[in-house]
Amino acid sequence: MRLLIRNARLVDGTGELGTADVLVEEGRIASLAGGDAERVLDAGGRFLAPALTDPHVHLRTPGQETKEDLATGLAAAARGGYGAVVAMPNTDPVVQEPEQVRALLDEARTLSSARLLVAAALTENQEGRRLTPAALLARAGAALLTDDGRTNEDAGVLARGLVYAAAAGLAVAVHAEDAGLRAGGVMNDGPLAAELGLSGNPPEAEAARIARDLEVLRYAVRKAAALGHAPRLYVQHVSTARGAALIAAARAEGLPVTGEVTPHHLTLTEEVWRGFDARFKVAPPLRAASDVEALIGALERGELSAIGTDHAPHTAAEKERDLENAPFGMPSLEVAFPLLYTELVEKRGLPLAVLIECMTSGPRAALGLAPARLAEGAPADLMLFDPAAQRTVDPARFVSKARYSPWAGRELVGWPRLTLVAGREVWRDAALA
Amino acid sequence: MGALTHLLDFAGWERAQAESLLETARMMEEVLERPMKKVPALKGFTVATVFFEPSTRTKISFELAARRMSADVVGFTGAGSSLAKGESFKDTLLTLQAMALDAYVIRAPVAGMAHQAARWLEGAVVNAGDGRRAHPTQALLDAYTLLDDLETLEGRKVAIVGDVAHSRVARSNAELLPLLGAEVWAAGPAGLLPERLPGARLTTDLDEALEDADAVMVLRLQRERMDEGALPSLREYVAEYQVTEARLARAKPDAPLLHPGPMNRDVELEGTLADGPRSRVERQVRAGEAVRMAVLYHLLVGRAA
Ligand SMILES: [Zn+2]
Repeated sequence: MRLLIRNARLVDGTGELGTADVLVEEGRIASLAGGDAERVLDAGGRFLAPALTDPHVHLRTPGQETKEDLATGLAAAARGGYGAVVAMPNTDPVVQEPEQVRALLDEARTLSSARLLVAAALTENQEGRRLTPAALLARAGAALLTDDGRTNEDAGVLARGLVYAAAAGLAVAVHAEDAGLRAGGVMNDGPLAAELGLSGNPPEAEAARIARDLEVLRYAVRKAAALGHAPRLYVQHVSTARGAALIAAARAEGLPVTGEVTPHHLTLTEEVWRGFDARFKVAPPLRAASDVEALIGALERGELSAIGTDHAPHTAAEKERDLENAPFGMPSLEVAFPLLYTELVEKRGLPLAVLIECMTSGPRAALGLAPARLAEGAPADLMLFDPAAQRTVDPARFVSKARYSPWAGRELVGWPRLTLVAGREVWRDAALA
Repeated sequence: MGALTHLLDFAGWERAQAESLLETARMMEEVLERPMKKVPALKGFTVATVFFEPSTRTKISFELAARRMSADVVGFTGAGSSLAKGESFKDTLLTLQAMALDAYVIRAPVAGMAHQAARWLEGAVVNAGDGRRAHPTQALLDAYTLLDDLETLEGRKVAIVGDVAHSRVARSNAELLPLLGAEVWAAGPAGLLPERLPGARLTTDLDEALEDADAVMVLRLQRERMDEGALPSLREYVAEYQVTEARLARAKPDAPLLHPGPMNRDVELEGTLADGPRSRVERQVRAGEAVRMAVLYHLLVGRAA
């Protein structure tokens, strides 16, 4: 069946491409110049972009389905404009066997929703000691290796992991926080934590670990070069100015590293802790306003090239514990795009193409996937969003099981209206005729 | 100045509010001096003491304060571990709320718990100490005790000594005492000083803090700080920061000596000082009862005050 999306304002990571009539056929963009179709949809001048790719989500399957499952997580992604998401392996049990990867991919295929990409653990049980079988995991369809949620304490294990992952064609993602410096910190360490009497996780805990991991990468690149392999490091949820600067310097030098930044680290500061609310508890913690400035600047200059939500749903009851016992993480798949469109593009003048690039081709490049472009022949993984329609964030309407949000009550524009995966409608807003 | 709805900390407080509360405490102490130590002021109200962290002294002090004013009192003691293991803190509070209570006195091991409780409960919340964050009734009773000796806190120098970083007592005193005109110094080893303590001057030099001090407040040293690595050596602490007769000579003659208790004799404080004429430790306990009566009174009926 052919679908014609008429009167759409095209935008991808290369910029705004003008208004066009997009013909979708057999899961691909058949034409940007219109054509005959069985179904016609009038975009009414709204933006059409490649569907977003989220390199970092927690779908809690297997084992923690009360927090989220594949059906709710992938539906939340589709609703947020995402065509694909990478699920982290810190589940129960940890995803580290080829059979587990296959089972997750099989289950996801039965859902008419966003595509699932699976990250497998880098080390057994994410304990940082013995490596998982990278080649077998890659063959089973794993898209990435990571011990996210835990930090890789042993630099030697990380180095060998980068080399083996490279041989299998996979990048390694790292949760970069020095465990000793981080200690039990609930919020960003600094004057405000001292004033509020909350334990602090210092920005240096991140920078110290990123600095080390970049040296480990340098070593792995040298070791793998003789074999013709190219290790790639993906630094997850960079939250500090110093961490971003270290990555920028490494990239300028030519090291194959990608830095990711989350919607919450781009739009919230540690000041929210004045309300003593565990919704804001996240690792790494929300930082100072100067860090937020630095992260946005780094996106604009291309030094950080991927936005990942780190969508980390928990039950409301868990978030209603005291601040030390409440778990880290916040849900954001359904609000990430409008949030960033409103706060960064509308309010701060970040070019729309930069935002789109960091939410599509930036993460895809880190995963070794082709860029997402609006071009004839490209997969019809598309997202339509409305820059004018204003709506308030209402967690009660989430399809994610985590019905709370640090942005509840915020007025946002840029809400997704339609998400297509391989030309198939996986989500459509009722407001779209 | 608005009526007091909760007592969580002193954020947003004005001097007159603090003075009015301390004045009520004076009246309450008169009740404690009567042969029949009971008034009907809170008849018909029910006060709950909700302690997620054990503290017999504070609990008894609040419960007596409520009973002296004829309130009904119920006590709840929850182990901190049951909160960690699943039962939501909020559910625990809502269960209590279903019993139609008027005020909740909450003692908690983690900073922010009193604030969370105030967000979820309909009745008045009194923070009886939350983690390292705040302990406002302790600061009020300290101020009350200091006023016995000093008459006014205007321009007085108060030295707080010890583990300032982890002390809710220090944090609340640093908020309240400057509000009443005092100048607060906080002294301790570098690893036990916070990066910032609004209201206080921070120093690692104990002598500097004690110099001409009008009053000295000694904090309890938690031995677990050694395990955490915040303090390298108890021997060094005692040598450098123990408040001794000799060191106290730098302060004003007769400067009162306060301690929130319980005390580690011969660790943070030279043992003989604890029983000496400067010690106000017992006076603080009595003041605590009067101050807590005043707080409950202001929260439940004294809104015009
Ligand atoms: Zn992480």
